[in-house]
Amino acid sequence: MITSGKDSPKGGVSLRRFGSIGQVVARETSTILATFLGLLIVTFLIGRVVPIDAVLAVVGENASAEVYNNAKVELGLDKPLLTQFGIYLVKILQGDFGVSNLTGNPVFSDIATVFPATLELATLGTLIGVLIGIPTGVAAAVYRGKWIDHLARVVGLFGYSVPVFWLGLMGLLLFYAKLGWVEGPGRQSVAYADLLSPVTGVILLDAAVQGEWEIFWDAFYHLILPATLLGFFSLAYISRMTRSFMLTELQQQYVTTARVKGLSEGRIIWRHALRNAVAPLVAVIALSYASLLEGSVLTETIFAWPGLGRYITNSLLNADMNAVLGGTVVIGAIFIGVNLLSDIAGRLFDPRTR
Amino acid sequence: MTALRAYLLTDDAQSRMQSRLGQAYRRWLVLRGNPLAMVGLFIVITLLLVAAFAPLVATHDPIEQNLAHRLQPMSAEYWLGTDALGRDIFSRIVYGSRVTLFIVLAVVVTVGPVGLLIGATAGYFGGWVDTLLMRITDVFLAFPRLILALALVSALGSGLENAILAIALTAWPPYARVARAETMVVRKSDYIAAARMQGASAFRIILGHVTPMCVPSAIVRSALDMAGIILTAAGLGFLGLGAQPPLPEWGAMVATGREQVFDQWWVAAFPGLAICICALGFNLLGDGLRDVLDAR
Repeated sequence: MITSGKDSPKGGVSLRRFGSIGQVVARETSTILATFLGLLIVTFLIGRVVPIDAVLAVVGENASAEVYNNAKVELGLDKPLLTQFGIYLVKILQGDFGVSNLTGNPVFSDIATVFPATLELATLGTLIGVLIGIPTGVAAAVYRGKWIDHLARVVGLFGYSVPVFWLGLMGLLLFYAKLGWVEGPGRQSVAYADLLSPVTGVILLDAAVQGEWEIFWDAFYHLILPATLLGFFSLAYISRMTRSFMLTELQQQYVTTARVKGLSEGRIIWRHALRNAVAPLVAVIALSYASLLEGSVLTETIFAWPGLGRYITNSLLNADMNAVLGGTVVIGAIFIGVNLLSDIAGRLFDPRTR
Repeated sequence: MTALRAYLLTDDAQSRMQSRLGQAYRRWLVLRGNPLAMVGLFIVITLLLVAAFAPLVATHDPIEQNLAHRLQPMSAEYWLGTDALGRDIFSRIVYGSRVTLFIVLAVVVTVGPVGLLIGATAGYFGGWVDTLLMRITDVFLAFPRLILALALVSALGSGLENAILAIALTAWPPYARVARAETMVVRKSDYIAAARMQGASAFRIILGHVTPMCVPSAIVRSALDMAGIILTAAGLGFLGLGAQPPLPEWGAMVATGREQVFDQWWVAAFPGLAICICALGFNLLGDGLRDVLDAR
């Protein structure tokens, strides 16, 4: 990456471009596959070190030796480790994550049910983070060392230092219990629950499509506090990165050229400099989106939000390993996918990396 | 004093020791010029002192229950109130600093060397060793940290030691990355070639000649990492997977105050504030140290 720019003549690079795009795709794909395989090895191994006896969990404490052995064979636990991993791999690829001991449903369908709630939360959170974070970051870079820069820095540092579960509790205390601006924990008020026939599972969308505005606003007032909370963490990260990218761009010579040409400062900042910062920013936003899925574990616990995060913690506290590992695989796979997408997006937005 | 300053700031150092001390002193001068870093340093030193002298600072026994005085608000007797079991929150926070520091130090002490060694090995050998080790690193980096720690703790069972192990297992990859990058730079240098010609084994070169070069960046990395470790540990504690009661762990303390948060807000508020201040201290100090030690 470092050598190609300086040493080789420009023509050489463009001649090699066709070959290199194919190579890049091949390399990316193999990296993704290897990483995903690694992920499954890790979850498989975690599943093996559990002190809980998987056979006992199925047959119960009082099963006879015969029932126990039959169940063991049925679960494939009598085979060598490598064979077991092969079986696990095939099952995961078929979307078979096993059955949850807690709910009695297949883990995959459980996750499909709870996932839209998490998606709703993380999407709105990221939206808040982007809409406030990018302008803040740009302003902090442009007015470097002024009050807005310091403010952005303090907000950013706070975002890196405050525990999400504590901020959530304090938010509930202030905005729900004391001020009454928002609704409390949960996704909907009891009166409105299950009135809507689920289409996408995202309540805001479903309600809007079906014209049920009362339900929409009820869901909105439940959503806004946890989403703002996640948005704050996203904002802290996005504004900090935007500032650093913009500082780099604003020192480039093309900015000086644009100034000499007499372009307005606003045009230089928003159309020239920010445009060049878009590629790395897309990667940052993607990463923050993925990490909100992780932040949702603690947030959903606080807000009794029926999403993937709470599903994982609930399963965890009830020693439901299939569900925990299934959720881990899903979130890990999303992480890998998002990384790949941000890579591709980076290439699309920045011609220099093509 | 002036003689000492002159000794430290001279351009003409007479010994290795003098030039090293001089360099350290110059760095300290830069760090001292950064007020935010100084605030961070103050917080961290306060934390260390409070942890060291916890029995002197605390006003009550952190474990002993006093149900007659449960859920008391702040008063002269109970500075930050009491929790549902009548334990003094201030004293529990003071003792909790020991738990937090223990977790942070245990994680950093395990993770630093392991990450360094893996990164240095990958960078030194290159080829398939590098590919294999970096693939493994990527897998762990691809995992969201808290989720992996959760899965590990749920498999190993909850408890302080397992929480530390889980955090350590999720925290080493960045160190390996940094160490690999540093190793790639130094592995072609003459002094490595000289060591090799003297017949030093690869093991000896990695351990004795390569790894020490990676230490400064690892220190910066760990200073910046500590806040993250504190937050992950607190998250595990909050979910009941870290330190077990009656040990006063800050995250677990927030969890116990959760039920009464609307009526007796102080039970959850103050331990969380302690986590926040500590993490902020490490972040501020880490930021300052990065500017001083790591020009990039």
